[in-house]
Amino acid sequence: MAAGAASGGSATTDTYKEARTWLLLPAWVTLSILVLAPVVMMLIYSFLTKEFRGGVIWEFSLAAYDQFFFDRGLFGDEPPKIEWTYIIIFWRSIWQAGAATLLSLVIGFPTAYFIATRSENMRPIWVFLITIPYWVNLLIRTVSMKFLLRDQGPLNDFLISIGLIDSPLHIVNTNFAVQLGLFYSYLPFMVLPIYAAVERYNFALSEAAADLYASKWTTLRRILLPAVKPGVIAGCILVFVPSMGSFLAPDLLGGAKNFMIGSLIEEQFKGNAGNWPFGAAASMILLTMVLVLLMLFARQQAKAEKAEG
Amino acid sequence: MKSFMKTSVAAFALTVGANAAAAEGELVLYHWFEYMPQEVLDKFTEETGIEVTMDTFDSNESMLASLKAGGIGTYDLSVPGDYMVSIMANEGMLDTIEDGELKNKGNIEPEWADPSFDPGRKHSIPYQWGSTSFAVNRDVYSGDIQTTDILFNPPEELQGRINMLDAQGEIMVMASLHLGIPQCSSDREQLKALNALLQDAKQHWTSFNSDTAKEVLVSGDAAVGQIYDGFSAKAREEGANVEYAFPTQGYVAWMDNVVLLKDAPNRENALKFMDFLLEPENIAAVTNFAQYNAGVKGVSDFLDPNLASQPEKNPHDNVGPGVFIEVCSEEVQAVYDQIWTNLKK
Repeated sequence: MAAGAASGGSATTDTYKEARTWLLLPAWVTLSILVLAPVVMMLIYSFLTKEFRGGVIWEFSLAAYDQFFFDRGLFGDEPPKIEWTYIIIFWRSIWQAGAATLLSLVIGFPTAYFIATRSENMRPIWVFLITIPYWVNLLIRTVSMKFLLRDQGPLNDFLISIGLIDSPLHIVNTNFAVQLGLFYSYLPFMVLPIYAAVERYNFALSEAAADLYASKWTTLRRILLPAVKPGVIAGCILVFVPSMGSFLAPDLLGGAKNFMIGSLIEEQFKGNAGNWPFGAAASMILLTMVLVLLMLFARQQAKAEKAEG
Repeated sequence: MKSFMKTSVAAFALTVGANAAAAEGELVLYHWFEYMPQEVLDKFTEETGIEVTMDTFDSNESMLASLKAGGIGTYDLSVPGDYMVSIMANEGMLDTIEDGELKNKGNIEPEWADPSFDPGRKHSIPYQWGSTSFAVNRDVYSGDIQTTDILFNPPEELQGRINMLDAQGEIMVMASLHLGIPQCSSDREQLKALNALLQDAKQHWTSFNSDTAKEVLVSGDAAVGQIYDGFSAKAREEGANVEYAFPTQGYVAWMDNVVLLKDAPNRENALKFMDFLLEPENIAAVTNFAQYNAGVKGVSDFLDPNLASQPEKNPHDNVGPGVFIEVCSEEVQAVYDQIWTNLKK
């Protein structure tokens, strides 16, 4: 303590140095209980034997991973081929989540830019307005979305009444409806990080670029975007990751006709299959995929920064 | 300070009051959605002072899963369908009701007093029974609907406008009836045919949804919906021009039952509630709400007179058999799960 006081400026850091381990303890305990323990449990379950109608038998088994990667026919006794079913389901989820992320970015970026360029006392009000719809439960918002989009719903009524279309557009129970639902569910996760980044951006840089005869497009692409890139990336991750695991939108707006990763996993725990190890294995594969994606991305970032530096 | 004292005293009084109410105890019920009228629960609380807490589920399987994942010991009563009662009993999840513990047990109608899914009614009492088939919007299609072809080989007007229940059991039974094969058959050719039938029929189906089975018919999103008879009647009353079909190939019959769960925290109160539901007047209130049928003697005096004449309760002469969902062996269930994944991949 005395040493800390003597060194002046860095007093805070030094003061808590000895106690740091203890002060971090609550955070570590919370993280291990809420994050680590469930993941470890899933990992263990994925290597256990399935009990009929849900539950596990405590015997080591690779059956869950075998089921994921190998197709042994309807009766499970044919020579193994590559199983495409689950790869297709994963690919569909990635594609849907990707489309929803792109849609969020296209709408979210200008929105964030708009808010960040308002006067300082107006910004909190705009942010507040963005969050208002999200006070309502996700399930209710998704159901309302279905009401809006249905064949006899207000959207189709409106489009018909202004003469744009003659017969209703079939939107509900299509992939597009799922993408719209995901986009709507997670839009604020795109807007808020980008807003935070744009707000800190020094607009004098844009003016400088304009003075140097950069077109507006060039300024956006070469000055603004690189500066707010971390916010954009954070937004994309925050929309993409939960979209991949979502099952509400596919169930309600997509008609539950095609499994997404989320609904496939849900089926293993809540459906007839009652195959907990397989549900755990699918979760682990999803987790690994997301981790690898994020790590690849982080490495790419580090490389890019090195090259620039 | 004075006002602070007042508030504290008031708060204290409230706490004491709440405790007094809780002293009569509570009851925790795990039930289907939209299946228990609030006034029936209120009446029970009024009569006994027991507070009822209710959680809901949307399929027998999801209920089984939550109970397995730690719900045992939390809930007193649940309401599984027929086949699920035997599954739960085999899993040892049900408590036994000893002779004489239910004073109204004699009120159970003789035909439901000794069902195959719970011989001797050791664990359960009847809640409601009815049928599951499908309803067709008559504005869209006016032809013959008394056939399972409507679901599996639909006429052009109905293609792409069919909502199925998101329930493996109900779909497998209807498909088996359509093919004329026994349920839970282990015959490979029959299982392959079942797989092929569903693969082919899927192109005509627009969605799988149980909890909005009624709404999609009322809103017109679907022209055909696989549905429970009471839900179909409600859809009709809410203005949809739907007719409930009794296919000549057969349809699904079911009975939901109130079961006493193992390690029920309020076993005494649970038995009181079961007795309460065996009173004709009380179970009739449930029937009037849900529009199915009770399995208790003497309910007719309390029933809405319109119920008995409902088309959903009066099959035509050529109707096929009403069959209960059977419990398949582990081997056959594994194939069923594979067929189900193939259907939804």
